[in-house]
Amino acid sequence: MTIDPGAVLPPRPPGAGAFARLAATLVQPILGRVVRRVAARHASLFARLGPHQGTDFVIDPVEFPFALHLRPDPKALLFRAVPRDALPVAGATIRGRFLMFLELLDYEEDGDAAFFSRDLEITGDTEAVVRLRNALDDVDGSIAEEAAAMFGPPGRAILGHLRRKYSDDAMPGGER
Amino acid sequence: MSLAELICPAGTPAALRTAVDAGADAVYCGFQDATNARNFPGLNFTPEELEAAVAYAHARGTKVLLALNTYPPAGKVDLWRHAADTGARIGVDAFIVADMGVADYIARTHPGVRLHLSVQAAASSPEAIRYYVENFGVKRVVLPRILTIPEIRKIRQDIPCEIETFIFGNHGLMVEGRCSLTNYLTGQSTNMDGVCSPASDVEYIRDEATGEMSSCLNGFTIDRFGPEEKAGYPTICKGRYTAPHRPEGYYAFEEPVSLNLSRLLPELIDAGVHAFKIEGRQRSKAYVRSVVSSFRRAVDDIRAGRTANIEDLVALTEGQKQTQGAFETKKWR
Repeated sequence: MTIDPGAVLPPRPPGAGAFARLAATLVQPILGRVVRRVAARHASLFARLGPHQGTDFVIDPVEFPFALHLRPDPKALLFRAVPRDALPVAGATIRGRFLMFLELLDYEEDGDAAFFSRDLEITGDTEAVVRLRNALDDVDGSIAEEAAAMFGPPGRAILGHLRRKYSDDAMPGGER
Repeated sequence: MSLAELICPAGTPAALRTAVDAGADAVYCGFQDATNARNFPGLNFTPEELEAAVAYAHARGTKVLLALNTYPPAGKVDLWRHAADTGARIGVDAFIVADMGVADYIARTHPGVRLHLSVQAAASSPEAIRYYVENFGVKRVVLPRILTIPEIRKIRQDIPCEIETFIFGNHGLMVEGRCSLTNYLTGQSTNMDGVCSPASDVEYIRDEATGEMSSCLNGFTIDRFGPEEKAGYPTICKGRYTAPHRPEGYYAFEEPVSLNLSRLLPELIDAGVHAFKIEGRQRSKAYVRSVVSSFRRAVDDIRAGRTANIEDLVALTEGQKQTQGAFETKKWR
Protein backbone atom coordinates (compact mmCIF):
# COMPACT_ATOMS: atom_id res chain seq x y z
CA MET A 1 0.00 0.00 0.00
CA THR A 2 1.38 3.31 -0.99
CA ILE A 3 -0.31 5.85 1.19
CA ASP A 4 1.89 8.10 3.22
CA PRO A 5 0.05 8.68 6.52
CA GLY A 6 1.63 12.08 6.84
CA ALA A 7 0.76 13.27 3.38
CA VAL A 8 -1.33 16.34 2.78
CA LEU A 9 -2.06 17.97 -0.52
CA PRO A 10 0.07 20.99 -1.30
CA PRO A 11 -1.55 24.39 -1.66
CA ARG A 12 -3.68 24.80 -4.76
CA PRO A 13 -1.35 25.61 -7.68
CA PRO A 14 -2.11 28.58 -9.88
CA GLY A 15 -2.48 26.84 -13.28
CA ALA A 16 -3.08 30.04 -15.16
CA GLY A 17 -1.30 32.16 -17.72
CA ALA A 18 0.47 31.44 -20.99
CA PHE A 19 2.35 28.36 -19.81
CA ALA A 20 -0.83 26.69 -18.58
CA ARG A 21 -2.60 27.45 -21.85
CA LEU A 22 0.31 26.12 -23.91
CA ALA A 23 0.55 22.93 -21.84
CA ALA A 24 -3.19 22.34 -22.08
CA THR A 25 -3.10 22.81 -25.84
CA LEU A 26 -0.22 20.38 -26.27
CA VAL A 27 -1.83 17.61 -24.24
CA GLN A 28 -5.31 17.95 -25.74
CA PRO A 29 -4.92 15.59 -28.74
CA ILE A 30 -3.71 12.83 -26.43
CA LEU A 31 -6.65 13.24 -24.07
CA GLY A 32 -9.13 13.11 -26.90
CA ARG A 33 -7.71 9.88 -28.25
CA VAL A 34 -7.57 8.25 -24.83
CA VAL A 35 -11.11 9.06 -23.81
CA ARG A 36 -12.58 7.96 -27.15
CA ARG A 37 -10.74 4.64 -26.93
CA VAL A 38 -11.78 3.98 -23.34
CA ALA A 39 -15.39 4.87 -24.14
CA ALA A 40 -15.44 2.59 -27.17
CA ARG A 41 -13.94 -0.37 -25.34
CA HIS A 42 -15.92 -0.01 -22.14
CA ALA A 43 -19.31 1.26 -23.21
CA SER A 44 -20.97 -0.44 -20.22
CA LEU A 45 -19.48 2.10 -17.83
CA PHE A 46 -21.93 4.73 -19.07
CA ALA A 47 -24.85 2.79 -17.60
CA ARG A 48 -23.30 3.07 -14.13
CA LEU A 49 -23.01 6.83 -14.55
CA GLY A 50 -26.80 7.01 -14.90
CA PRO A 51 -28.04 10.60 -14.72
CA HIS A 52 -24.49 11.92 -14.33
CA GLN A 53 -23.47 11.32 -17.94
CA GLY A 54 -24.06 15.03 -18.41
CA THR A 55 -22.24 16.18 -15.28
CA ASP A 56 -19.17 18.35 -15.67
CA PHE A 57 -16.35 16.78 -13.66
CA VAL A 58 -13.18 18.72 -12.98
CA ILE A 59 -10.24 16.44 -12.25
CA ASP A 60 -7.48 18.49 -10.77
CA PRO A 61 -4.00 16.90 -10.69
CA VAL A 62 -2.12 19.22 -8.39
CA GLU A 63 1.26 18.76 -10.08
CA PHE A 64 -0.09 19.80 -13.48
CA PRO A 65 -0.25 23.35 -14.78
CA PHE A 66 -3.86 22.71 -15.82
CA ALA A 67 -6.91 20.72 -14.74
CA LEU A 68 -9.01 18.24 -16.70
CA HIS A 69 -12.62 18.72 -17.65
CA LEU A 70 -14.64 15.54 -18.24
CA ARG A 71 -18.24 15.34 -19.37
CA PRO A 72 -18.90 11.61 -19.85
CA ASP A 73 -21.81 11.98 -22.20
CA PRO A 74 -21.59 9.06 -24.64
CA LYS A 75 -23.24 11.17 -27.34
CA ALA A 76 -20.90 14.13 -26.91
CA LEU A 77 -17.86 12.95 -25.01
CA LEU A 78 -15.71 15.72 -23.63
CA PHE A 79 -12.29 15.39 -22.00
CA ARG A 80 -10.06 18.41 -22.24
CA ALA A 81 -7.21 20.14 -20.49
CA VAL A 82 -8.16 23.55 -19.18
CA PRO A 83 -6.07 26.23 -17.43
CA ARG A 84 -7.40 26.67 -13.91
CA ASP A 85 -8.46 30.23 -14.62
CA ALA A 86 -10.73 29.04 -17.43
CA LEU A 87 -12.48 26.09 -15.82
CA PRO A 88 -16.22 25.61 -16.29
CA VAL A 89 -18.61 25.55 -13.35
CA ALA A 90 -18.04 22.04 -12.07
CA GLY A 91 -20.75 19.64 -10.99
CA ALA A 92 -18.06 17.83 -9.04
CA THR A 93 -14.35 18.37 -8.51
CA ILE A 94 -11.81 15.68 -7.68
CA ARG A 95 -8.39 16.85 -6.60
CA GLY A 96 -5.20 14.95 -5.88
CA ARG A 97 -1.77 14.09 -7.14
CA PHE A 98 -1.61 12.86 -10.73
CA LEU A 99 0.34 9.81 -9.68
CA MET A 100 -2.41 8.95 -7.21
CA PHE A 101 -5.00 9.23 -9.99
CA LEU A 102 -2.78 6.93 -12.02
CA GLU A 103 -2.80 4.40 -9.19
CA LEU A 104 -6.59 4.58 -9.00
CA LEU A 105 -6.86 3.89 -12.73
CA ASP A 106 -4.15 1.27 -12.42
CA TYR A 107 -6.25 -0.58 -9.85
CA GLU A 108 -3.49 -0.25 -7.28
CA GLU A 109 -5.10 2.33 -5.02
CA ASP A 110 -8.48 2.36 -3.29
CA GLY A 111 -10.46 5.57 -3.64
CA ASP A 112 -11.96 5.40 -0.16
CA ALA A 113 -8.52 4.88 1.37
CA ALA A 114 -7.19 7.86 -0.58
CA PHE A 115 -10.10 9.89 0.75
CA PHE A 116 -9.49 8.74 4.34
CA SER A 117 -5.81 9.72 4.07
CA ARG A 118 -6.81 13.11 2.59
CA ASP A 119 -4.77 12.37 -0.55
CA LEU A 120 -8.02 12.77 -2.48
CA GLU A 121 -10.38 15.71 -2.14
CA ILE A 122 -13.87 15.86 -3.55
CA THR A 123 -16.24 18.77 -3.63
CA GLY A 124 -19.56 19.35 -5.33
CA ASP A 125 -21.98 16.56 -6.19
CA THR A 126 -20.85 13.55 -4.16
CA GLU A 127 -23.24 11.19 -5.93
CA ALA A 128 -21.67 12.09 -9.26
CA VAL A 129 -18.22 11.26 -7.92
CA VAL A 130 -19.41 7.96 -6.43
CA ARG A 131 -20.99 6.99 -9.75
CA LEU A 132 -17.86 7.89 -11.71
CA ARG A 133 -15.70 5.93 -9.29
CA ASN A 134 -17.93 2.85 -9.47
CA ALA A 135 -18.18 3.06 -13.26
CA LEU A 136 -14.41 3.21 -13.69
CA ASP A 137 -13.85 0.50 -11.11
CA ASP A 138 -16.02 -1.92 -13.07
CA VAL A 139 -13.53 -1.85 -15.92
CA ASP A 140 -11.39 -4.96 -16.00
CA GLY A 141 -7.67 -4.40 -16.08
CA SER A 142 -5.89 -1.07 -16.05
CA ILE A 143 -7.20 1.93 -17.95
CA ALA A 144 -3.78 3.51 -17.55
CA GLU A 145 -2.21 0.52 -19.29
CA GLU A 146 -4.75 0.69 -22.09
CA ALA A 147 -4.06 4.36 -22.59
CA ALA A 148 -0.30 3.82 -22.61
CA ALA A 149 -0.60 0.95 -25.08
CA MET A 150 -2.28 3.28 -27.57
CA PHE A 151 1.05 5.04 -27.97
CA GLY A 152 3.13 1.92 -28.39
CA PRO A 153 6.52 1.37 -26.73
CA PRO A 154 7.00 5.08 -25.88
CA GLY A 155 3.63 5.11 -24.10
CA ARG A 156 4.46 1.99 -22.13
CA ALA A 157 7.89 3.38 -21.24
CA ILE A 158 6.35 6.58 -19.90
CA LEU A 159 3.81 4.61 -17.85
CA GLY A 160 6.58 2.41 -16.48
CA HIS A 161 8.57 5.49 -15.53
CA LEU A 162 5.57 7.05 -13.78
CA ARG A 163 4.83 3.82 -11.88
CA ARG A 164 8.43 3.62 -10.69
CA LYS A 165 8.30 7.25 -9.66
CA TYR A 166 5.13 6.66 -7.67
CA SER A 167 6.61 3.61 -6.06
CA ASP A 168 9.83 5.46 -5.19
CA ASP A 169 7.96 8.49 -3.87
CA ALA A 170 5.78 6.29 -1.68
CA MET A 171 8.77 4.81 0.10
CA PRO A 172 9.33 6.13 3.63
CA GLY A 173 10.92 9.52 3.44
CA GLY A 174 10.04 9.94 -0.20
CA GLU A 175 8.85 13.25 -1.50
CA ARG A 176 5.19 13.32 -2.41
CA MET B 1 -11.51 -27.18 13.04
CA SER B 2 -14.22 -25.29 11.12
CA LEU B 3 -13.84 -24.72 7.40
CA ALA B 4 -13.37 -20.99 7.92
CA GLU B 5 -14.77 -20.03 4.54
CA LEU B 6 -13.80 -16.60 3.30
CA ILE B 7 -16.87 -14.55 2.34
CA CYS B 8 -15.88 -11.57 0.20
CA PRO B 9 -17.58 -8.42 -1.05
CA ALA B 10 -18.36 -7.53 -4.65
CA GLY B 11 -19.98 -4.26 -5.64
CA THR B 12 -19.44 -4.70 -9.37
CA PRO B 13 -18.89 -7.61 -11.75
CA ALA B 14 -15.21 -6.66 -12.02
CA ALA B 15 -14.89 -6.68 -8.23
CA LEU B 16 -16.54 -10.10 -8.13
CA ARG B 17 -14.03 -11.50 -10.61
CA THR B 18 -11.25 -9.91 -8.57
CA ALA B 19 -12.52 -11.53 -5.36
CA VAL B 20 -12.85 -14.93 -7.02
CA ASP B 21 -9.37 -14.70 -8.50
CA ALA B 22 -7.95 -13.58 -5.12
CA GLY B 23 -9.22 -16.73 -3.43
CA ALA B 24 -12.71 -16.07 -2.10
CA ASP B 25 -14.65 -19.16 -1.07
CA ALA B 26 -17.85 -17.19 -1.58
CA VAL B 27 -18.72 -13.75 -2.83
CA TYR B 28 -21.72 -11.73 -1.71
CA CYS B 29 -23.42 -9.11 -3.85
CA GLY B 30 -26.75 -7.42 -4.54
CA PHE B 31 -29.03 -6.02 -7.20
CA GLN B 32 -29.22 -2.36 -8.21
CA ASP B 33 -32.18 -1.59 -5.98
CA ALA B 34 -33.43 -1.32 -2.40
CA THR B 35 -33.34 -5.07 -1.77
CA ASN B 36 -29.82 -4.85 -0.35
CA ALA B 37 -28.06 -2.71 2.22
CA ARG B 38 -25.50 -1.25 -0.18
CA ASN B 39 -27.92 0.42 -2.58
CA PHE B 40 -25.34 2.99 -3.65
CA PRO B 41 -25.24 4.92 -6.95
CA GLY B 42 -23.45 3.08 -9.72
CA LEU B 43 -22.94 -0.01 -7.60
CA ASN B 44 -24.28 -3.56 -7.79
CA PHE B 45 -25.54 -5.93 -10.45
CA THR B 46 -28.21 -6.14 -13.10
CA PRO B 47 -29.79 -9.62 -13.38
CA GLU B 48 -27.80 -10.19 -16.56
CA GLU B 49 -24.55 -9.19 -14.85
CA LEU B 50 -25.32 -11.44 -11.91
CA GLU B 51 -26.02 -14.38 -14.20
CA ALA B 52 -22.63 -13.97 -15.86
CA ALA B 53 -20.97 -13.47 -12.48
CA VAL B 54 -22.48 -16.66 -11.07
CA ALA B 55 -21.21 -18.57 -14.10
CA TYR B 56 -17.73 -17.09 -13.62
CA ALA B 57 -17.67 -17.91 -9.91
CA HIS B 58 -19.10 -21.41 -10.20
CA ALA B 59 -16.63 -22.30 -12.95
CA ARG B 60 -13.90 -21.60 -10.39
CA GLY B 61 -15.53 -23.30 -7.43
CA THR B 62 -16.66 -20.11 -5.71
CA LYS B 63 -20.16 -19.65 -4.32
CA VAL B 64 -22.29 -16.54 -4.83
CA LEU B 65 -24.50 -15.27 -2.02
CA LEU B 66 -27.21 -12.76 -2.90
CA ALA B 67 -27.89 -10.08 -0.29
CA LEU B 68 -31.62 -9.41 0.08
CA ASN B 69 -30.98 -8.02 3.49
CA THR B 70 -33.25 -5.00 3.74
CA TYR B 71 -36.79 -4.75 5.07
CA PRO B 72 -39.69 -4.28 2.63
CA PRO B 73 -42.00 -1.46 3.64
CA ALA B 74 -45.41 -2.77 4.67
CA GLY B 75 -47.34 -4.05 1.67
CA LYS B 76 -44.48 -3.46 -0.78
CA VAL B 77 -42.92 -6.88 -0.99
CA ASP B 78 -42.95 -7.40 -4.76
CA LEU B 79 -39.45 -6.03 -5.32
CA TRP B 80 -37.97 -8.48 -2.78
CA ARG B 81 -39.98 -11.44 -4.09
CA HIS B 82 -38.97 -10.69 -7.66
CA ALA B 83 -35.32 -10.40 -6.60
CA ALA B 84 -35.53 -13.76 -4.84
CA ASP B 85 -37.14 -15.38 -7.86
CA THR B 86 -34.45 -13.93 -10.13
CA GLY B 87 -31.66 -15.06 -7.82
CA ALA B 88 -33.07 -18.58 -7.64
CA ARG B 89 -33.42 -18.75 -11.42
CA ILE B 90 -29.83 -17.59 -11.86
CA GLY B 91 -28.61 -20.20 -9.41
CA VAL B 92 -27.17 -18.27 -6.49
CA ASP B 93 -25.96 -20.49 -3.67
CA ALA B 94 -27.68 -18.68 -0.82
CA PHE B 95 -29.80 -15.68 0.04
CA ILE B 96 -28.73 -13.37 2.85
CA VAL B 97 -31.93 -12.10 4.45
CA ALA B 98 -33.00 -10.04 7.44
CA ASP B 99 -36.76 -9.69 7.13
CA MET B 100 -38.96 -12.55 8.30
CA GLY B 101 -41.41 -12.03 5.45
CA VAL B 102 -38.61 -12.30 2.89
CA ALA B 103 -37.24 -15.36 4.68
CA ASP B 104 -40.67 -16.96 4.73
CA TYR B 105 -41.24 -16.31 1.03
CA ILE B 106 -37.92 -17.85 0.06
CA ALA B 107 -38.34 -20.81 2.42
CA ARG B 108 -41.71 -21.62 0.84
CA THR B 109 -40.95 -20.71 -2.79
CA HIS B 110 -37.32 -21.71 -3.16
CA PRO B 111 -36.74 -24.34 -0.48
CA GLY B 112 -33.69 -25.69 -2.24
CA VAL B 113 -31.68 -22.51 -1.79
CA ARG B 114 -29.84 -21.88 1.48
CA LEU B 115 -30.90 -19.02 3.71
CA HIS B 116 -28.32 -17.04 5.65
CA LEU B 117 -29.46 -14.62 8.32
CA SER B 118 -27.99 -11.18 7.73
CA VAL B 119 -26.29 -9.14 10.41
CA GLN B 120 -29.13 -6.71 9.71
CA ALA B 121 -31.46 -9.08 11.58
CA ALA B 122 -29.41 -8.38 14.72
CA ALA B 123 -29.91 -11.91 16.05
CA SER B 124 -27.42 -12.15 18.90
CA SER B 125 -28.95 -14.72 21.26
CA PRO B 126 -29.42 -18.48 20.85
CA GLU B 127 -33.17 -18.01 21.27
CA ALA B 128 -33.41 -15.48 18.44
CA ILE B 129 -31.21 -17.52 16.13
CA ARG B 130 -33.08 -20.76 16.83
CA TYR B 131 -36.33 -18.99 15.96
CA TYR B 132 -35.05 -18.28 12.44
CA VAL B 133 -33.64 -21.78 12.09
CA GLU B 134 -36.84 -23.50 13.21
CA ASN B 135 -39.27 -21.31 11.28
CA PHE B 136 -37.41 -20.55 8.06
CA GLY B 137 -34.70 -23.18 7.84
CA VAL B 138 -31.85 -20.69 8.18
CA LYS B 139 -28.52 -22.49 7.72
CA ARG B 140 -26.13 -19.74 8.84
CA VAL B 141 -26.27 -16.64 11.02
CA VAL B 142 -24.07 -13.59 10.50
CA LEU B 143 -23.52 -12.41 14.05
CA PRO B 144 -23.73 -8.76 15.08
CA ARG B 145 -20.39 -7.25 15.97
CA ILE B 146 -21.22 -6.89 19.64
CA LEU B 147 -20.09 -10.27 20.97
CA THR B 148 -16.86 -11.46 22.55
CA ILE B 149 -15.23 -14.66 21.34
CA PRO B 150 -16.26 -16.57 24.51
CA GLU B 151 -19.84 -15.45 23.86
CA ILE B 152 -19.62 -16.63 20.24
CA ARG B 153 -18.28 -19.99 21.44
CA LYS B 154 -21.22 -20.34 23.84
CA ILE B 155 -23.76 -19.40 21.15
CA ARG B 156 -22.21 -21.91 18.75
CA GLN B 157 -22.85 -24.66 21.29
CA ASP B 158 -26.48 -23.62 21.64
CA ILE B 159 -27.60 -23.25 18.02
CA PRO B 160 -28.16 -25.74 15.20
CA CYS B 161 -26.67 -23.63 12.39
CA GLU B 162 -23.39 -22.23 11.15
CA ILE B 163 -21.88 -18.97 12.34
CA GLU B 164 -20.36 -16.24 10.17
CA THR B 165 -18.53 -13.29 11.70
CA PHE B 166 -17.14 -10.12 10.20
CA ILE B 167 -13.36 -9.98 10.33
CA PHE B 168 -12.50 -6.82 8.43
CA GLY B 169 -14.04 -3.57 7.27
CA ASN B 170 -16.46 -0.89 8.23
CA HIS B 171 -17.32 -1.04 11.90
CA GLY B 172 -20.59 0.91 11.97
CA LEU B 173 -22.42 -1.45 14.23
CA MET B 174 -24.82 0.72 16.26
CA VAL B 175 -27.95 -1.43 16.66
CA GLU B 176 -27.60 -3.35 13.43
CA GLY B 177 -30.81 -3.51 11.45
CA ARG B 178 -32.43 -0.93 13.66
CA CYS B 179 -30.40 2.24 13.03
CA SER B 180 -32.61 5.16 12.01
CA LEU B 181 -30.12 8.01 12.16
CA THR B 182 -29.96 8.42 8.38
CA ASN B 183 -33.76 8.45 8.17
CA TYR B 184 -33.79 11.25 10.69
CA LEU B 185 -31.61 13.54 8.60
CA THR B 186 -32.37 12.50 5.02
CA GLY B 187 -35.74 10.77 4.99
CA GLN B 188 -34.16 7.70 3.42
CA SER B 189 -34.01 4.49 5.36
CA THR B 190 -30.86 2.44 5.78
CA ASN B 191 -32.98 -0.61 6.46
CA MET B 192 -35.71 -0.17 3.83
CA ASP B 193 -34.00 1.87 1.08
CA GLY B 194 -30.66 0.18 1.61
CA VAL B 195 -28.57 3.29 1.88
CA CYS B 196 -26.91 4.88 4.87
CA SER B 197 -25.88 8.51 4.25
CA PRO B 198 -27.03 8.63 0.62
CA ALA B 199 -24.36 10.21 -1.56
CA SER B 200 -26.90 12.65 -2.98
CA ASP B 201 -27.19 14.18 0.50
CA VAL B 202 -23.46 14.24 1.24
CA GLU B 203 -21.34 17.31 0.70
CA TYR B 204 -17.69 17.96 1.51
CA ILE B 205 -16.75 21.57 2.05
CA ARG B 206 -13.12 22.61 2.07
CA ASP B 207 -12.00 25.78 3.78
CA GLU B 208 -9.26 27.07 1.49
CA ALA B 209 -7.83 29.32 4.18
CA THR B 210 -7.42 26.70 6.91
CA GLY B 211 -7.32 23.45 4.93
CA GLU B 212 -10.15 22.08 7.09
CA MET B 213 -12.75 19.83 5.51
CA SER B 214 -16.32 19.58 6.73
CA SER B 215 -18.50 16.61 5.90
CA CYS B 216 -22.18 17.46 5.76
CA LEU B 217 -25.31 15.35 5.43
CA ASN B 218 -28.39 17.11 4.11
CA GLY B 219 -27.05 20.41 5.33
CA PHE B 220 -25.99 19.24 8.79
CA THR B 221 -22.27 19.29 9.56
CA ILE B 222 -21.41 15.92 11.06
CA ASP B 223 -17.64 16.26 11.27
CA ARG B 224 -14.84 18.70 10.58
CA PHE B 225 -11.34 17.44 9.90
CA GLY B 226 -8.18 19.45 10.40
CA PRO B 227 -5.85 19.87 7.41
CA GLU B 228 -3.74 16.82 8.29
CA GLU B 229 -6.38 14.79 10.08
CA LYS B 230 -7.50 11.44 8.64
CA ALA B 231 -11.10 11.35 7.49
CA GLY B 232 -13.92 8.84 7.82
CA TYR B 233 -17.22 8.03 6.14
CA PRO B 234 -19.92 10.72 6.37
CA THR B 235 -22.18 8.65 8.60
CA ILE B 236 -24.02 10.16 11.53
CA CYS B 237 -22.98 7.39 13.88
CA LYS B 238 -19.35 8.35 13.33
CA GLY B 239 -19.92 12.09 13.47
CA ARG B 240 -18.16 14.38 15.92
CA TYR B 241 -20.41 16.70 17.81
CA THR B 242 -20.23 19.45 20.36
CA ALA B 243 -22.29 19.43 23.51
CA PRO B 244 -22.43 21.74 26.53
CA HIS B 245 -20.15 19.42 28.45
CA ARG B 246 -17.90 18.66 25.44
CA PRO B 247 -17.43 21.98 23.60
CA GLU B 248 -14.31 20.69 21.86
CA GLY B 249 -16.36 18.12 19.92
CA TYR B 250 -16.42 14.38 20.48
CA TYR B 251 -17.55 11.13 18.92
CA ALA B 252 -20.93 10.71 20.59
CA PHE B 253 -21.75 7.28 19.14
CA GLU B 254 -18.83 5.63 17.38
CA GLU B 255 -15.46 6.56 15.95
CA PRO B 256 -14.24 6.41 12.35
CA VAL B 257 -12.41 3.13 12.70
CA SER B 258 -12.46 -0.23 10.92
CA LEU B 259 -12.67 -3.74 12.27
CA ASN B 260 -9.57 -5.89 11.79
CA LEU B 261 -9.58 -9.33 13.40
CA SER B 262 -6.53 -10.69 11.61
CA ARG B 263 -4.88 -11.50 14.94
CA LEU B 264 -7.96 -13.27 16.28
CA LEU B 265 -8.54 -15.69 13.41
CA PRO B 266 -7.22 -18.79 15.23
CA GLU B 267 -9.41 -18.08 18.25
CA LEU B 268 -12.46 -17.53 16.07
CA ILE B 269 -11.88 -20.80 14.24
CA ASP B 270 -11.41 -22.56 17.57
CA ALA B 271 -14.68 -21.04 18.79
CA GLY B 272 -16.47 -22.74 15.90
CA VAL B 273 -16.93 -19.89 13.44
CA HIS B 274 -17.67 -21.38 10.03
CA ALA B 275 -17.15 -18.36 7.84
CA PHE B 276 -15.28 -15.06 7.89
CA LYS B 277 -16.89 -12.07 6.26
CA ILE B 278 -15.00 -9.14 4.75
CA GLU B 279 -17.05 -5.95 4.57
CA GLY B 280 -16.76 -3.55 1.65
CA ARG B 281 -19.09 -3.94 -1.33
CA GLN B 282 -18.76 -0.18 -1.78
CA ARG B 283 -14.97 -0.43 -2.02
CA SER B 284 -12.74 -0.72 -5.09
CA LYS B 285 -11.18 -3.71 -6.81
CA ALA B 286 -7.86 -2.63 -5.29
CA TYR B 287 -9.33 -3.03 -1.81
CA VAL B 288 -10.93 -6.37 -2.68
CA ARG B 289 -7.74 -7.76 -4.15
CA SER B 290 -5.56 -6.60 -1.27
CA VAL B 291 -7.82 -7.64 1.60
CA VAL B 292 -9.06 -10.91 0.12
CA SER B 293 -5.61 -12.12 -0.87
CA SER B 294 -4.21 -11.21 2.57
CA PHE B 295 -6.90 -13.09 4.44
CA ARG B 296 -6.74 -15.98 1.94
CA ARG B 297 -3.09 -16.52 2.83
CA ALA B 298 -3.80 -16.11 6.54
CA VAL B 299 -6.65 -18.63 6.62
CA ASP B 300 -4.66 -21.11 4.54
CA ASP B 301 -1.70 -20.75 6.89
CA ILE B 302 -3.85 -21.35 9.95
CA ARG B 303 -5.55 -24.35 8.40
CA ALA B 304 -2.13 -25.79 7.56
CA GLY B 305 -0.95 -25.30 11.13
CA ARG B 306 1.31 -22.38 10.29
CA THR B 307 1.38 -18.98 11.95
CA ALA B 308 -0.51 -16.46 9.87
CA ASN B 309 1.49 -13.45 8.87
CA ILE B 310 -1.07 -11.00 7.62
CA GLU B 311 0.20 -7.87 5.95
CA ASP B 312 -0.54 -4.44 7.25
CA LEU B 313 -3.97 -3.36 6.06
CA VAL B 314 -4.29 -0.21 8.13
CA ALA B 315 -4.00 2.02 5.06
CA LEU B 316 -7.32 0.61 3.86
CA THR B 317 -9.13 1.25 7.12
CA GLU B 318 -11.51 4.09 7.86
CA GLY B 319 -9.72 7.00 9.45
CA GLN B 320 -6.64 4.78 9.11
CA LYS B 321 -7.50 3.32 12.48
CA GLN B 322 -8.42 -0.26 13.31
CA THR B 323 -9.98 -2.09 16.23
CA GLN B 324 -10.84 -5.57 17.39
CA GLY B 325 -13.98 -4.06 18.90
CA ALA B 326 -16.18 -6.18 21.11
CA PHE B 327 -14.53 -9.37 19.83
CA GLU B 328 -11.59 -8.51 22.06
CA THR B 329 -13.40 -6.97 25.01
CA LYS B 330 -16.74 -5.57 26.03
CA LYS B 331 -14.85 -2.59 27.39
CA TRP B 332 -14.60 -1.31 23.82
CA ARG B 333 -16.62 1.94 23.72
